Amino acid sequence: MNEVVSAIRLVPLEHYVMLSFALFSIGLAGVLFRRNTIIILMCLELMFNSVNLLLTAFSAHHSDPGGQVFVFFIMLVAAAEVTVGLAILVMMKRNVDSVDIDQLNRLRW
Amino acid sequence: MVSAQLLAPLVPALPLAGAVIIAALRRRLSGHAAGLLATALIGGSFLCSVLLFLGFDPAGGAQVAHLFDWIRVADMRVGLAFQVDALSLTMMLIVTGVGTLIHLYSIGYMHDDPRQSTFFALLNLFTFAMLLLVMGANYAVTFIGWEGVGLCSYLLIGFWYTNPAYNYAARKAFVMNRIGDVGFVLGLALVFQVFGTLDYTTVMGRADGFATGAPALTAITLLLFVGAIGKSAQLPLFTWLPDAMAGPTPVSALIHAATMVTAGIFLLVRSSALFVLAPLTQDVVLVTGLVTALCAATIGVFQNDIKKVLAYSTVSQLGYMFVALGLGAFSAGLFHVTTHAFFKALLFLGAGSVIHALGGEQDIRRMGGLRSATPSTYRTFLVGTLAIAGIFPLSGFFSKDAILAHAYQHSPWIYALLVAGAVLTTYYMFRLLFLVFFGSYRGQAHPHESPAVMTAPLWVLAVLSVVGGALNLPHVFGGHEPMKHFLASAASGVGLEHLHLSALLEWSLMGFSTALVLLTIWIAYGRFAKQATLDPEAEALPVPQRWAARKWYLDELYERLFEKPYGWLSTNLSALLEQRVMQPLMVGVGGTAERIGELLRRVQTGNLSTYLFAMVAGLLLFLFLTLNGL
Repeated sequence: MNEVVSAIRLVPLEHYVMLSFALFSIGLAGVLFRRNTIIILMCLELMFNSVNLLLTAFSAHHSDPGGQVFVFFIMLVAAAEVTVGLAILVMMKRNVDSVDIDQLNRLRW
Repeated sequence: MVSAQLLAPLVPALPLAGAVIIAALRRRLSGHAAGLLATALIGGSFLCSVLLFLGFDPAGGAQVAHLFDWIRVADMRVGLAFQVDALSLTMMLIVTGVGTLIHLYSIGYMHDDPRQSTFFALLNLFTFAMLLLVMGANYAVTFIGWEGVGLCSYLLIGFWYTNPAYNYAARKAFVMNRIGDVGFVLGLALVFQVFGTLDYTTVMGRADGFATGAPALTAITLLLFVGAIGKSAQLPLFTWLPDAMAGPTPVSALIHAATMVTAGIFLLVRSSALFVLAPLTQDVVLVTGLVTALCAATIGVFQNDIKKVLAYSTVSQLGYMFVALGLGAFSAGLFHVTTHAFFKALLFLGAGSVIHALGGEQDIRRMGGLRSATPSTYRTFLVGTLAIAGIFPLSGFFSKDAILAHAYQHSPWIYALLVAGAVLTTYYMFRLLFLVFFGSYRGQAHPHESPAVMTAPLWVLAVLSVVGGALNLPHVFGGHEPMKHFLASAASGVGLEHLHLSALLEWSLMGFSTALVLLTIWIAYGRFAKQATLDPEAEALPVPQRWAARKWYLDELYERLFEKPYGWLSTNLSALLEQRVMQPLMVGVGGTAERIGELLRRVQTGNLSTYLFAMVAGLLLFLFLTLNGL
């Protein structure tokens, strides 16, 4: 375990922050600009994992295991979220025969 | 002997239990069983009252059975407590005794009514409330009973609720009573402010500290009298009582003749220590009673409904009782309450028996000659009529004579007016008797005598109406006025009564009124028994009689004075305030919300991308603000 921590510490913290930021931005841009629901779900995963990466990095650099414990929680919730999301996706495909997010626009006025 | 502490709460508890049980089981219990249960419980209550009476020592003063503290706020401590003394015992015996007989009678009278169980539950509930009223050890408990009897009266007048006229009568009774109740409540508040307590014993004890004519006492007594006016049907609030005859006849007998309407007299006797110190109020009571007695008697002469005649007679007799109270003759007033309970309950039940015999007919112009068809009813009704007319030696003679003697001592004019009232009473009562039972039958029904369950109470009440005078036999007849001495232990006002007429004067007063009454009977016999003189409708009568037949236009007057202006006010307020002010205001508030919504709903595009953009934009905004330390 110690090897992993020291391996993580080999890279400076700033780099992790940069990488996470880049990954998060890509994910966010995908969620906002793509219309394919599958892609949106994948981008959401990307955002989750960028945060996970950041948490792990901070945890190792600050010698605080709390951050890594948090990552497990997030992975658990993300798994559940994907399950629900994919189920909605299947229903959507069956009902409107499309995975275009803009098809779901009937819930208004 | 069981202690009063245990027995006293049992007296009202039994009818309450009856009301609850019958009301809960009214779908499973047959009407007959409900009647028997109700009668048995009131009978038990009567038995408890008798035991209390036998174990009561007037010299020992009032016994108070304190159940629990009901209200406890700051200095105010009001307990649910029952007071057993000479006054409450007298009323308890009347309420439960006459009540038992009327319950028994109702089993026969109501036997084919589909809502018999409800009727008995209400009758039991009424008895409970009435017992609460007379047994309360403070004004608050009396007030619960006061409101309770008003409610039961309302429910029982409107018992046959499918008839709109009956519902109207019930509502009228309720509203009229409420006007009086306002006076009672205000009186209650003033009693608490002046005396710091509502307990009867304490209030009456502290009354001695006030001078005669003290303004506080005058105000209190006037307000209490307003309450009494409403409940006991005196001018100007008496118009509800004749209309209350819409209820079943046993209800009229129990509530609107024997018990509830005497609650006002009870209240005044209960507070006699205050009234003797307020001469102004006493004069008001005297005048009100006198005017009511005469006014109602003149109306009674022209009524053609058998129950209406009796109703106006009740109002008139209640007027006599108030005259007695106004004269300070509290024991005479309560004596008349007692004998009146006997003979008026008898008359009402007799009238019920006649109505029952004729299958619901109430118009005396379509009766006649019922002497042979309904012999028991005829004989008992005759006893009741003789008693109310005040023929020696029936109970009415003694109680009425006591009031007349006190009136003569006060002023011969009051005496003369009361004798005139007595003559009118005799006239309309014998008119009723002759038109119903003499001559030949003028209707189409087939009269038949009522069953024994109905005639038995009639006979018991007839016996009581005959011998009831012995309760307070005056000195000139060798008696010692036992009721007066009994009551003196409870109501201090009774102790201040003094009748100092010479025996010769008393004899001649009695002789005078009796001679007039006999003369009236002879006139009535000539007019109504030999050949029935039937009155036409009110419109066809000559002028002074027409006024009396139309109840002195009191209903019309109230309509003009209160109903019409109220209706006018409502219509105009509706047109002005409601339509012009409230309506636009309310519609405006709603409309504004609607218009704002109309604008804002465009935000909900239904497009997920837009929502996501908005969310991210919002998050960025907060992030920006946080980073800038805002």
